[in-house]
Parts: sequence; structure tokens; C-alpha cells
Amino acid sequence: GVLERSREQLLRQTCEAVVLGVLHPRTAISLVLQVLSDAGSLLSCCLNAACMALLDAGLPLATLFCGVTCALQPDGTILLDPTARQEQDARAILTFAIASSERKVLMATTKGSCSVEEMQQCLAAAQRAANTIFQFYRDSVRRRYSK
Amino acid sequence: RTVEPLEYYRRFLKENCRPDGRELGEFRTTTVNIGKCLCSITTADGSALVKLGNTTVICGVKAELAAPAVDSANKGYIVPNVELPSLCAERFRSGPPGEEAQAASQFIADVIENSQMIAKEDLCIANGKLAWVLYCDIICLDYDGNLLDASVFALLAALKNVQLPLVTINEETGLSEVNLKQKNPLIIRKHPVATSFAIFDDTLLIVDPTAEEEDLATGTVTIVTDEEGRLCSVHKPGGSPLTGAKLQDCITRAITRHKEVKKLIDKVIKSITPK
Repeated sequence: GVLERSREQLLRQTCEAVVLGVLHPRTAISLVLQVLSDAGSLLSCCLNAACMALLDAGLPLATLFCGVTCALQPDGTILLDPTARQEQDARAILTFAIASSERKVLMATTKGSCSVEEMQQCLAAAQRAANTIFQFYRDSVRRRYSK
Repeated sequence: RTVEPLEYYRRFLKENCRPDGRELGEFRTTTVNIGKCLCSITTADGSALVKLGNTTVICGVKAELAAPAVDSANKGYIVPNVELPSLCAERFRSGPPGEEAQAASQFIADVIENSQMIAKEDLCIANGKLAWVLYCDIICLDYDGNLLDASVFALLAALKNVQLPLVTINEETGLSEVNLKQKNPLIIRKHPVATSFAIFDDTLLIVDPTAEEEDLATGTVTIVTDEEGRLCSVHKPGGSPLTGAKLQDCITRAITRHKEVKKLIDKVIKSITPK
């Protein structure tokens, strides 16, 4: 449906910006994501899976990226990586794809409305959280190649 | 221009202007036609035609009756649909809607939902029995970039023009009676306005890109704001990375643009309202 198409467009353009396509002319890179279970923060999970799959494939990437979802609760507190229940109760849900170089924003999408300050706060929180995720990438790759 | 389009553009961007003579932060001339006389969709309940430079988008709203969903018995429906027919640009072929059209439809649905421009409760006629369904068809007649801005603007203008007839439910027969003589305008709570930017070479941000500029750009950002300065949507589908500061700059420009667009809509609505 249209929702999947829209998600595909977000993921595709994020990956296109990161994969160095010039090094592989006349090649098609096909990324297939199968949702096994959805318990909230689906889009950022897809982004993380996509990045790790690209890493595992050994494709040349300009930068790594990770997905972070922030939920803005009705009382104004920011919740990172919300569950499905928390997403439903939230006033706004912001998903960012953060690049590993200088923590720039690769992709941003919002659901619900928020003020500009709140968005900036969520972005800052997401950038901080990105550090944890990149550390996880490093550990996973280390484990994969250490045997 | 045909052999080295990027170099051609870079030369202009170095002088802080664009081939069509605009500044980097300047929008194209925006014109809007609303209503049955000017816009000429006589069968629609509300219609608007928006021209953003050469990009032409027409929006028609049709209101129909339906039973509300079981889990939200007091809510009506708003169903947007964006169509990019093959007549608007060479790259669109006839057949099932392509990815761009579907993504645009999803974007418009999200904007309506996020901004709460129409409270779905207002569309309910009888709790659990009857509610309005607004089918908003947005069709691009000429694609010259910046589809999302024009679509959101057309949708807003068309919805402001919609007049819903009064519907009562006959107590004895249980059937609905539509009174076409008595019409009420739709209550629009918020007025979202979209502003799109194209990112060039990872650093330069230009406002309101044409189709040529969109092809050469390395990324796009669309910000939707409402009249209170709240963000209804930040849509950055991939593309070059941006710092938080650049994003903030986009948001500030979007808020300025919102004021201009709101003024334009108010002026047009006032000119067509019968005294």
C-alpha cells in the first residue's frame, strides 16, 4: 500500500545517499526487508537493519547511519525507542537517520505536530543516542570477524 | 546547459542566484484560483487550482456519505489521493500509480493527520450511523518541481472552498435527508503550509526547486508549519546529510513563507465570498 511505498522511498533515498554507487556502475543493489514482528520503532529498526546489511555485504559506504525514534509524550518528556503502546500515547513521533560522520541528519520524518524547540531537543537526544548504536555496530562487526 | 548541467548550475550558484533569475531564497510566483467560477470543476464540492511558477496542481474535493468505522464511531474520513498523470511530465507513464505519487499521497495524508486541520469529529453526522467522507483528489497538470508545496496549498484552498449540505436523519424512516439548499462551510482548524528545499553539493540550500534543479540536487527537505509556528511535518527522505543548524534555518524560512501564503489565501477567499 501507500505506507509501504512511502517507507521504501525513505529507506531507498537514505541508502542511495550513503552507498558509493560510482564504484559499482551498471549494478543493481537490492535491499529486501521482511518485518518479522512490529513492537514499535519499526522505521528506525529497518534503518539499522539496512545499514548493518550493507556493512555485512561489504559495500563501499560514505558514512554509516542509524535510525532513532523519539516519542514526545503529552507532558513534554522525550522518550527514545518507544514501544508500540508508547507510540500510540505519544503526542508526536519523530524518526531520524543519523550519519556517523559529525552526527548529521540523513533522514527525518515526523508524525504528529510539535514545536520547533521540541524538535531540536529530540534531534539532540537522537544524536546522543546514535553513539550507543554505533558502538553496537562496532561490537557486532568485531564479534563477527573475531572468530 | 545540456552537456554539463551541474557545472552550468554551479556557475550560477557561485553568484548566489539561479538560471531563471531568482535568488536562492526566492519563491516562484504563486497564483491560486478557488471555486466554481474560477476553477471550473463544477461537479466537485470544493476545488482549487494552484500554480507555483510552471508547476500546476488542481485539487477537487467530493463529499460523500458513509457509515463510520466501528472503533471510531464519531469520526468521518478524509481520503487524499495524489495523481501524477503522464501528461504532466515525460517521466510519468500511464498505468498504476508510481512510487512518487504514492509517497506524495502518504505525505498529504500525514499532513492532514498531523496538523489536525480538520477534526474528524466535525465530519460526523450521526454517531455510529452516518459520517462524511471527503475524497480529495490532487492532480498535477504540469510538473516543474516542488510538487508537495503546491499539493498542500491546493488541498488547503480547496477545503476552504467546500460547502457541505445539511444532512438530517429522519426519525421515522431512519433514512438520511440531504438539504442541498442549506450549506455550511467546513471548519478548518489549522492551516498547514509546506516549504520545500533542495540540497546542492551537501551545503547549499535553495528554496522552491524547479524540476531541473530537483534532478541535479543531492537531497530535498520539506517542512510543513501551521499558523502557530508548530511543525506539522519534517520530511527529509534521505539525500545529503544536514546539520541541526541548517535544519533550523529551513524551519525559520518555512515559518516566514507560511505568513505569505496565509495572506494570499485570505485575500483570494475574501475576493470570491459573495457579499
